[in-house]
Amino acid sequence: MSMPPNSADAGTGSGTGSATGPDVIVIGGGLHGCSAAFHIASAGRKVLLLERDVIARHASSASAGGVRRLFRHPAEIPLTMASLELWHAMKDMLGDTGDFRPTGQLRVAETEEEMARLEARVKLTRSMGYDHEVLVDRKRMFEIAPALGPQCLGAIHVERDGYAFPYKSTLAFRNAAAKLGADIREGVGVRGIVRDGGRWKVDTNAGEFAAPVLVNAAGAWGARIAEMVGERVPLKALALMMMVSARMPHFLDPTVGTLGRQMSFKQMQSGAVVVGGGHRGTPDLDTGITQLDFRKLKTSADTIGGVFPIMRKAEIVRAWAGIEGCTPDDIPYIGPSRTHDGLYHSFGFCGHGFQLGPIVGSITAELITKGRTNLPIEPFRIDRFGPDPDAVSWEASRAA
Amino acid sequence: MTSAPDLAIVGAGPAGLAAAIEGARLGLAVALYDEQPEPGGQIFRAAESVAAGKGAPLAAFGADYAEGPQLVARFRASPAAAGYMPRTTIWLLDRQRTLGHVQDGKARMLRPKRVLIATGAQERPVPLPGWTTPGVMTVGAAQGLMKSAGQVPEPPFALCGSGPLLYQFAAQLVAAGERRFTVLDTTPKGRWARALPFLPGALRDTDLLLKGLGLMQKVRMAGVPVLRHVRDVAVHGNGRVEHVTFRHGNHLGELPVQLLLLHQGVVPNVSLSLSVPLRHVWDAAQRCFRPALDAWGNSDVAGIAVAGDGGGIGGWQAATAQGELAALEAAHALGRIERAERDRQAAPIRARLKTALAARGLIDTLYAPPPLAALADATIVCRCEEVTAGQVRAAIAMGDTNPNAVKSRTRAGMGPCQGRMCGLTVSELVAHARGLPPDAAGTYRLRPPIKPLPVAVLADLDTSAVEEEEDAT
Ligand SMILES: Cc1cc2nc3c(=O)[nH]c(=O)nc-3n(C[C@H](O)[C@H](O)[C@H](O)COP(=O)(O)OP(=O)(O)OC[C@H]3O[C@@H](n4cnc5c(N)ncnc54)[C@H](O)[C@@H]3O)c2cc1C
Ligand SMILES: Cc1cc2nc3c(=O)[nH]c(=O)nc-3n(C[C@H](O)[C@H](O)[C@H](O)COP(=O)(O)OP(=O)(O)OC[C@H]3O[C@@H](n4cnc5c(N)ncnc54)[C@H](O)[C@@H]3O)c2cc1C
Repeated sequence: MSMPPNSADAGTGSGTGSATGPDVIVIGGGLHGCSAAFHIASAGRKVLLLERDVIARHASSASAGGVRRLFRHPAEIPLTMASLELWHAMKDMLGDTGDFRPTGQLRVAETEEEMARLEARVKLTRSMGYDHEVLVDRKRMFEIAPALGPQCLGAIHVERDGYAFPYKSTLAFRNAAAKLGADIREGVGVRGIVRDGGRWKVDTNAGEFAAPVLVNAAGAWGARIAEMVGERVPLKALALMMMVSARMPHFLDPTVGTLGRQMSFKQMQSGAVVVGGGHRGTPDLDTGITQLDFRKLKTSADTIGGVFPIMRKAEIVRAWAGIEGCTPDDIPYIGPSRTHDGLYHSFGFCGHGFQLGPIVGSITAELITKGRTNLPIEPFRIDRFGPDPDAVSWEASRAA
Repeated sequence: MTSAPDLAIVGAGPAGLAAAIEGARLGLAVALYDEQPEPGGQIFRAAESVAAGKGAPLAAFGADYAEGPQLVARFRASPAAAGYMPRTTIWLLDRQRTLGHVQDGKARMLRPKRVLIATGAQERPVPLPGWTTPGVMTVGAAQGLMKSAGQVPEPPFALCGSGPLLYQFAAQLVAAGERRFTVLDTTPKGRWARALPFLPGALRDTDLLLKGLGLMQKVRMAGVPVLRHVRDVAVHGNGRVEHVTFRHGNHLGELPVQLLLLHQGVVPNVSLSLSVPLRHVWDAAQRCFRPALDAWGNSDVAGIAVAGDGGGIGGWQAATAQGELAALEAAHALGRIERAERDRQAAPIRARLKTALAARGLIDTLYAPPPLAALADATIVCRCEEVTAGQVRAAIAMGDTNPNAVKSRTRAGMGPCQGRMCGLTVSELVAHARGLPPDAAGTYRLRPPIKPLPVAVLADLDTSAVEEEEDAT
């Protein structure tokens, strides 16, 4: 995939800014904000990115960095397939790989019942016309990941997937955007937004900024930004926890998840093992501080010792949590506002938006500059839960 | 201890011991944790063993050290001794006061009513060319070995750096009969002139000042070569230190050694307080971060206080006073004593604290560390991950605007020590490159466990005390 043509579309789509002001203001300097800033700047628009803290302070540096198409929600599959191609083209696109390492992804079954679920899953994706998920038997699984415990029965393997260093990937987009002239500001928090004629006036701790187009990429705070313009949506902030071990001798290449237990697991090139799996601490959206819950990390420690016996001897040197926004149906909000012109949302990635970063920024840029995208984003509509977020049943949405 | 203690104290140095004794006197159920096998902290390390004739002779450590066994004996006689847990490492403390400890391979969590952080000081890292070569260690570490194991370094060796501990240890070596070493004092010329305005303050505690000068005299009189105003120190050796080079006046010096002991003063050990996280401020005089505290040692998090060097370097006498004040405040907060009673009992302690701190301005000015901006690119900053000053600067040039960003990119601070050895350096390098004060540049975010925890130990973590507490509320 080649780089989007520079400034070819400037002047089409939504209105452009004044001679001096930006065309587009992006709120949020995580992976999604930086990717949007890059793609919009690539299309020749003048971008101002406002980040309240520092670039990649939240989910985008806390992330496990799994570049995973495996086991995606059906609505996300077209996007995840396109995004992977961008990950492989990162060097050409940004001049920086973002430290992407395509060492594969594996999802392991530990019981017969789980094995049956893996089989059903592969049948489903095949029926949709995708063949990236491959069922492997026990023998093949141990060839791919010999350190797995003897109870493991088989797996889905996805080649060309892998992992990247979340901070470096985000900075790669940030730096590429800055090279194209995007103005990136740290320590500038958005406090209020008003529509004034054809322009958004954005009030911040560092004064007022204005532009005709606004992108909301504020992660777990995205619903707060949307609410500033009266667009109320359901979003929960979760503090997803991770742990990392001291360096270990090399024993594993792919990123491994288990179907039955909460675990995502990878060994980095340094030898350190990074463990996640969606165990939750407590977030505080006002301060950005997270608190870990070691009762759940205890469970996590028990799990990794069971799945990878070699880990029983490992030492945990650090744990952390990142704040992520989650929606009732576990897929993000992507696309135009349904109440205002010139506003585009891209937030609430539910713990799996890292892999989607490259493509969603490109979709947002297309929407702004061309007014359309070829990828199916209807399932991610901002208004899919209706006007009253408090009336939404999270259980029912998830089950659907 | 089964039920949650009223006051849990982390660190059994002068601050923690004084707080424990005072807390128990005021009727509090006290728990005191320390990873060391004996109470006493840094200065009074192994005080009981030394007093009992194990380790090096007591006399070697000077008059101050002799106070150690007395403080420890008072603690042993106090009801607080029942709550003492040696060889116990605190690896977790959060804003709900959830405290995690591990002793003999068994980890537990509990939630005390109040927590006092009394984790003391650590030596300021001295990044200079070759400082990670085997055979280089800190003066404090060597002193610890002498206290706990009676171990005196093998000549030829040298002490190098600046700060009160340098001459104190040199004097202790002389007292122990060892003179075959060299002191390379890196305190720059002209420091005394700059420190002099602080003299009136220091004179209120002439005792301490004279003690300092006396130590230097004692070392010189014993015939130990002392080179002053030494600059540009570098360590050389193939897999092991062989010699050090330096500038002394107009000369290039070279000294064969098999051991080099570095020292550049001490800074608060903020691993635990940063991990909570408590709010920290930059102390420009001491060139370090310390938790923001009120006059009772209270932090910005309810029920968590800090006493002793962990809250800012003040020495052991200040530490005991701060420990007692924190205990009074705990007793008041838990309804054991009235406000007026707390203040009345605090008055004489505050007077002691003032005297103890009188010489700080002088010491801080005299021994201010050299600016890190001049650090050579090739010098290692993070020992665990072997990251150089040049790599840190390159990361800043690539857009990393804060220490956590530098950490993410370079892995500096990601090793098992979690940045204890490089945190200050990286904060200062970022601050310098961006023309900001270090507090604007910020610190590493530290995360529990602040000390490595084996997976098997974590999997077997006992959380029952916290579950019970939550069920009850
Ligand atoms: C622990 C963890 C593990 C994960 N593992 C994976 C994985 O393996 N694979 C995967 O695909 N995904 C994973 N994810 C999810 C993925 O990391 C996130 O979906 C993605 O990083 C979200 O990026 P973002 O830009 O939307 O959010 P963020 O990175 O959180 O960025 C939002 C930014 O907006 C800023 N902001 C908020 N309010 C304002 C305001 N008012 N003004 C200005 N700025 C503001 C915030 O400061 C923040 O920097 C994981 C997430 C976590 C937390
Ligand atoms: C290496 C070194 C040597 C020193 N030697 C001298 C000296 O000889 N003379 C002198 O006047 N001053 C000396 N000082 C300064 C001296 O430490 C202080 O002035 C004084 O000891 C401060 O007392 P404190 O109670 O605040 O802390 P400390 O005496 O340092 O006590 C802190 C205690 O906390 C414990 N601790 C820390 N973290 C944890 C944790 N996570 N879990 C469990 N326990 C923990 C430590 O084991 C230690 O025992 C030295 C400092 C250092 C760093």
